[in-house]
Amino acid sequence: MSTETEHDLFGDVDLKWEHAKNRLFLWVIFAASMFGVAMLALLLLDIGTDFYVGLTEFNISLTDFLTRDGSRREELSGFRGAIVASIMLMILTAVLAFFVGVGSAIYLEEYAPDNRVTRLIEANLANLAGVPSIVYGLLALAAVVNGIGTGPVLMAGAIALGLLVMSIIIVSSQEALRAVPDSVRNGSYATGATKWQTIRGVVLPAAIPGIMTGTILALARAIGETAPLLMVGAIFVNRMPSGPFDRFSGMPTQIYAWAAEPSPHFIHLAAIGIVVLLTFLFVMNGLAMYIRHRYETEI
Amino acid sequence: MMARDPDDRNPASKPRETEETDTTMATAQLEDELITTEVETGSTERAGRPDETVVATTGLTVHYGDDQALWDVDIEIPVHKVTAIIGPSGCGKSTFLRSINRMNDQIDGCRIGGELHFHGKNVYDEDVDPVALRRKIGMVFQKPNPFPKSIYDNVAYGLRVQGKDDEVDLDAAVEDALRGAALWDEVKDKLDESGLELSGGQQQRLCIARTIATDPEVLLMDEPTSALDPVAASKIEDLIDELVEEYTVVIVTHNMQQAARISDKTAVFLNGGELVEFDRTATIFENPADDRVEDYITGKFG
Repeated sequence: MSTETEHDLFGDVDLKWEHAKNRLFLWVIFAASMFGVAMLALLLLDIGTDFYVGLTEFNISLTDFLTRDGSRREELSGFRGAIVASIMLMILTAVLAFFVGVGSAIYLEEYAPDNRVTRLIEANLANLAGVPSIVYGLLALAAVVNGIGTGPVLMAGAIALGLLVMSIIIVSSQEALRAVPDSVRNGSYATGATKWQTIRGVVLPAAIPGIMTGTILALARAIGETAPLLMVGAIFVNRMPSGPFDRFSGMPTQIYAWAAEPSPHFIHLAAIGIVVLLTFLFVMNGLAMYIRHRYETEI
Repeated sequence: MMARDPDDRNPASKPRETEETDTTMATAQLEDELITTEVETGSTERAGRPDETVVATTGLTVHYGDDQALWDVDIEIPVHKVTAIIGPSGCGKSTFLRSINRMNDQIDGCRIGGELHFHGKNVYDEDVDPVALRRKIGMVFQKPNPFPKSIYDNVAYGLRVQGKDDEVDLDAAVEDALRGAALWDEVKDKLDESGLELSGGQQQRLCIARTIATDPEVLLMDEPTSALDPVAASKIEDLIDELVEEYTVVIVTHNMQQAARISDKTAVFLNGGELVEFDRTATIFENPADDRVEDYITGKFG
């Protein structure tokens, strides 16, 4: 066959306009997906500039910033109390939410019969995940701070955050449990294992990386939450909390308080605080990615 | 099947292969040859032993919701023999197998009627715990399903859940089970590696090792070679031949040649859940009593 006839073969098909549409659409969706990335970059750039200005023009020492508690005097103010409070909040939140959350997920996925009660629980979980975080703060304020009468203590904040992340932990744990194939469960039953032995010995070990990933991501969300902490009264405090029943201010509330100050020095303290908070977030997200990557080949 | 060791395939079996692929060409003479060859490969000295029943059913029925999957099955499965269950897709052979160790209990909406006796005890009686039953009747599945654990932990799993890991030397038990499943030599240097790293055929032998580690009386096998390549499948077949010295084997298979090669007795399920004929494998393949079985065996349908 000659090249000429080959060329003529498709001469009646004009795809120029179709290919042009293809390229146009590709560019539009690429631009859409870059929009979020660009916005994040702008945000980081803004924070980075403020961070740099704070370090240079306002002579804020990072060491002092990380080792001093807050103060009314801007040049003496540091972030240590807020960092320690946030870490304690995370630990307490994790303890409060993890066992209840994972327990609920195991019940719903492995034991619960498919009936109206189960469907009611599942529907309510979906609703809980959509409740604005300030409402959890209100709940903790009414039930713990005023109800039990603890006052604005760290434990009240941890309960608010724990309620907030519990639904996320339940849903992500359910997904992790659902990803364990039934064939593995059947293999365990056929070996003469009971239901609990099967869950403990086979299902949970296979699901735990997914559960851990979901929990860390939920905690990463909780560490940046400001509204529930403001509701339980985590503000106007700038020292390190001595325990779960001490008054506190976490990283986001401390940043909020600084950002509301008129002095530019405080504003730049807030900018450095944001960088520290973001570092925590990135480290937690990185840890979640590492766990997911480390174990994804297992099943 | 094609890759079965060429040495043990006698020339007479060659026409059989052409015949399988084109059943319309079957002549009486070829068919004769087919049958004699298969019965020869399938029968061993154990065929001479008297039948002693280990599992027996009377009027066993299974419903999934409104669909009836098994109709009044009466069968007596002999001890220390290979019983093959054959039949077309959807004929209830896997359902029957799973009702022996009550794995059907796991399925929502599954109802079972009639009786299934294990050593004379109806396993569907109120006082029978299915977990205890499954410790005596092990099962190997169609798709290899090793746990996402090390090879060692896969084999030790049954002993651990059954609380036998204190009574026995676990290392020795794991080695025995892996030897029993003809896998020891391939994995003895990597017992710590994940069971999922093994090939499909090795995974299936690992599942067999896991099952025999706890020393059940009966091994149920649900198309254990259908997900494997022919070489791996023939290894499993050889293994079954050895396992039957110690265990009673009930195997569901899609592959009639496999049933003929390895089984002592064969049950044929047809018509969406009816046990049509159950007899010595030789009889089923040579001279079945039921015309429908003959049609199925010779490939006229199914």
